[in-house]
Amino acid sequence: MIDGFVIPLLKIVIVLNATLVGVTYMVLLERKVIAWAQSRLGPMRVGPYGILQPIADAVKLMIKEDITPVRADKWVFTAAPIISMVPALIVYAVIPFGPEVNLFGRRVSLYVTDVNVGLLYVVSVASVGVYGIILAGYSSNSKYPLLAGLRASAQLISYEVAVTLTLVSVILVAGTLSMVGIVRAQESGHVWFAFVQPMAFGIFFIGGLAETNRAPFDLPEAEQELTGGFHTEYSGMRFALFFLAEYANMIVVSSVATTLFLGGWLRPFPNVAALGFLDFVPVWMWFLVKSFLFLYVFIWVRATLPRYRYDQLMRLGWKVLIPLAILNLVVTAVIRVLLI
Amino acid sequence: MGQAIAFYTMAAAILGFAVLVISTRDTVHSVLFLVLDFLFVAALYVLLNAPFVAVIQVLVYAGGIVVLYLFVVMLVNLKRPPEAHQDPHRRTKLGFGMAAAVLLEVAAIATYTSANPAPAIAASAAMPVTGNTEQVGWLLYTSYLIPFEIASMLLLVAMIGAIILAKREL
Repeated sequence: MIDGFVIPLLKIVIVLNATLVGVTYMVLLERKVIAWAQSRLGPMRVGPYGILQPIADAVKLMIKEDITPVRADKWVFTAAPIISMVPALIVYAVIPFGPEVNLFGRRVSLYVTDVNVGLLYVVSVASVGVYGIILAGYSSNSKYPLLAGLRASAQLISYEVAVTLTLVSVILVAGTLSMVGIVRAQESGHVWFAFVQPMAFGIFFIGGLAETNRAPFDLPEAEQELTGGFHTEYSGMRFALFFLAEYANMIVVSSVATTLFLGGWLRPFPNVAALGFLDFVPVWMWFLVKSFLFLYVFIWVRATLPRYRYDQLMRLGWKVLIPLAILNLVVTAVIRVLLI
Repeated sequence: MGQAIAFYTMAAAILGFAVLVISTRDTVHSVLFLVLDFLFVAALYVLLNAPFVAVIQVLVYAGGIVVLYLFVVMLVNLKRPPEAHQDPHRRTKLGFGMAAAVLLEVAAIATYTSANPAPAIAASAAMPVTGNTEQVGWLLYTSYLIPFEIASMLLLVAMIGAIILAKREL
């Protein structure tokens, strides 16, 4: 009873709440980092160094008026933020924050579940998340959100192909689809897959930027051209849901990248006994540190690079990333066949 | 017992959403009901202990193909009011006849398979691999190799056809 029901439920509660807190503080971190990049201070008023700013933001968004445009498609307009938020959260079911550990005299695994199609689950759930943006653009019954919705669908479909192809080459190296199994393969192979599959790593990162609609690929919400993009007509908490979904997706991409390419919960050089003193850091801490690195790079990229033009974006996706990903896949497959 | 309840709930949801797909006036709503339908079909696969097929169902149908449907519907059929007039070419009787034929076929298959259970257990016992994904792959590349290759040829032809249609001059 406890092992089958209470512990999984507890894990789900912890993971979801940690994610939501992480998301709100990601917003603050982003504002701070971008401010520092531009020689500003960022939010400073609420709490010391603006540390309570996310809470103030949350309260503000919740008590704001929630407007539905008169000519909007009401059902779809209400469902769209939910549709974009839910997939971003349920992906965490398969992300391993650590192996099985002893906790309070009990064997507890630091992941909610380990299905043997874990990686495919991540990809398929992410592909459903596209609907949130498309439907928000369509149901607002306004031209800028519609344009943004069309851009978003084209962009996401294009980059999904490249990202999925890189995942296939990782699967070839690891020989399993299970997220835990992929980390184990990196442990037994004595190497992080970022070094085995550097090209896949790069393509995955660029594709991840595009799939989360982050700069320099944030065309679906390009403020200068589309007055805010697909969420132009949204206000209050529904707008906040889109915002949360974007940041939750960033955390998802970082966690998946950490699991696939940076050895997940493993400490650096997990098989070198001389570095055993590093074990005093708990496993999930390594995972969080690595994911945080990715999140920081996400923000860094946004502060550095200008936005791509739409045709450049499509050209990069279809004419550069996808052929490179296919080439990488073929080379990986050939090497794998030759070595076995 | 629990499995039966889950199955009948999902089957009812699948049928209900399928009816909504064809009865809704708004094309976008219709496409959305189709997505829900596919998701419930995926849930049914999970219930059948086929997680790989379930995930592929969501990835390919709910996440891939229907996004393209939605794309086309949004581009083509943006502000058209619901059709009020009757299509003069509509063949209602023929439709009923076709539906009855399909229903008969399904019923025949159902009675036949319940009378003679398929010998699938013997095939899975002979497989040298475990795990849902591995078993699907094993079957595809041994027993069903030729159908698999023919399907891939068909897809290739469809891809080439789409490119030729899209490019007016080659």
